[in-house]
Amino acid sequence: MTMHVRVRVPAQLRDVVAGAPVVEVTVDGGASGTATVAMVLDGLAVQHPALERRIRDEQGQTRVHVNLFVGSDNVRDRDGPATPITAGDELSVIPAVSGG
Amino acid sequence: MTMTTEAEQTLGTRGAIVLVGTTKGLFTLEGDARRERFELTGPSFAGEEVYATCIDSRSGVTRLFTGSVSSHWGPVLRRSDDLGVTWTEDEQAALRFPEDADASLARIWQLAPGPPDEPDVIYAGVEPAALFRSDDGGRSFALVEGLWDHPHRTQWQPGGGGLCLHTVLVHPDDADRLLIAISAAGVYRSDDGGASWRASNSGIVIGFLPDGEDLEFGQCVHKVARDAGNPERLYLQHHGGIYRSDDGGGAWTAMTGIAGMDFGFPVVAHPTRPSTAYLLPLESDEYRCTPDGKCIVWRTTDAGDTWEPLTSGLPQRDAHLTVLRDGFTTDGQDPAGLYIGTRTGELYASTDDGVSWRLLAEHLPPVMSVRAAPLAG
Repeated sequence: MTMHVRVRVPAQLRDVVAGAPVVEVTVDGGASGTATVAMVLDGLAVQHPALERRIRDEQGQTRVHVNLFVGSDNVRDRDGPATPITAGDELSVIPAVSGG
Repeated sequence: MTMTTEAEQTLGTRGAIVLVGTTKGLFTLEGDARRERFELTGPSFAGEEVYATCIDSRSGVTRLFTGSVSSHWGPVLRRSDDLGVTWTEDEQAALRFPEDADASLARIWQLAPGPPDEPDVIYAGVEPAALFRSDDGGRSFALVEGLWDHPHRTQWQPGGGGLCLHTVLVHPDDADRLLIAISAAGVYRSDDGGASWRASNSGIVIGFLPDGEDLEFGQCVHKVARDAGNPERLYLQHHGGIYRSDDGGGAWTAMTGIAGMDFGFPVVAHPTRPSTAYLLPLESDEYRCTPDGKCIVWRTTDAGDTWEPLTSGLPQRDAHLTVLRDGFTTDGQDPAGLYIGTRTGELYASTDDGVSWRLLAEHLPPVMSVRAAPLAG
């Protein structure tokens, strides 16, 4: 089953998606209509590669100071990239409060 | 009708450009042909650390490149064909490790033009230490696998700034002869365009290791520069000691003309005058600031046998400055424009081969890299 997942883009990254606050990613949710965060990011790598590489490095690791939330849950507190995501969920990209 | 002054005709330029990469973005200075008046703009990429910039005019158009990194969003390579008014980042990342390399790009340390007659060739030195080559003007880069596969690589240790490939020198008479330097692995050379590499550190003493003499690799080379008149002559600033090679890097000899000044980061060769080079030594690897609160550039005009201090216009009191490996550069002209950016945000400039200096900008973020060039046209 084809799913459409909304990815909320932080203000700092909107210039790489033509200013859009939200982009929609198409993924295959299978018969259950469930995908994973990793599948959404894989879709993002094809549809919006400049955004995806700011979230993950070449080895597919989420960058240290990037948080991903499914709804109000930080995926690091759930199953990381394997965190399930269903139609209607939103994936939010939120920079960590860090740096100098 | 446009009149040009004699100086402008001599320089053959319509101006000058200086790129200042800082820990908080890129600043650009555009100057007149005399290099007297400069206008500062920026920052571009505010908040990103800009360790590498490149000004490339080989194709007849001045093209700018920057390599920056965001602490949140990672590294990015950009280019500009309009002197930095707009910047382009390719949709597919121009610079990234291939999947089978099992590595991720941490930082771009060096962007170096290839041979003059191959304007689409550009080299990139990165962290973790690797060399990339572009054959399409920087739109895409390929990992130089001959170096990546070198058996030493797994034994290389990072310097204080990381395991970085920070110097790329292409031999002016033979584009297949490449020299790179890595902190803290040392100098490596290739004679076959990068297919194979050999360590080239004979004579460089590693003072920070108990058996630091005659080691094949592991030297913490900070920068290497090539002499303008003799392409086999190289100048090298090591973590401890300054060296010269007269055989293209085959053997290195310590230069001892600056008593007690072994530590520093940059070394700059005069762009046109043989046997002439510049150093900016710092006090010890513990303190890493200009010694005695005095900012002194040292110049040799006899290939390092003797050195003279250049101080006119540079602060000689309470000036505890740090200048990093790419914080000192020349603009390629004669007389040479020389530019020094400090970690305390000052930019000093000389347009008379270093004889006199002036403050061009201050209160910038910490300066990581400076590049300068005339604007053709």
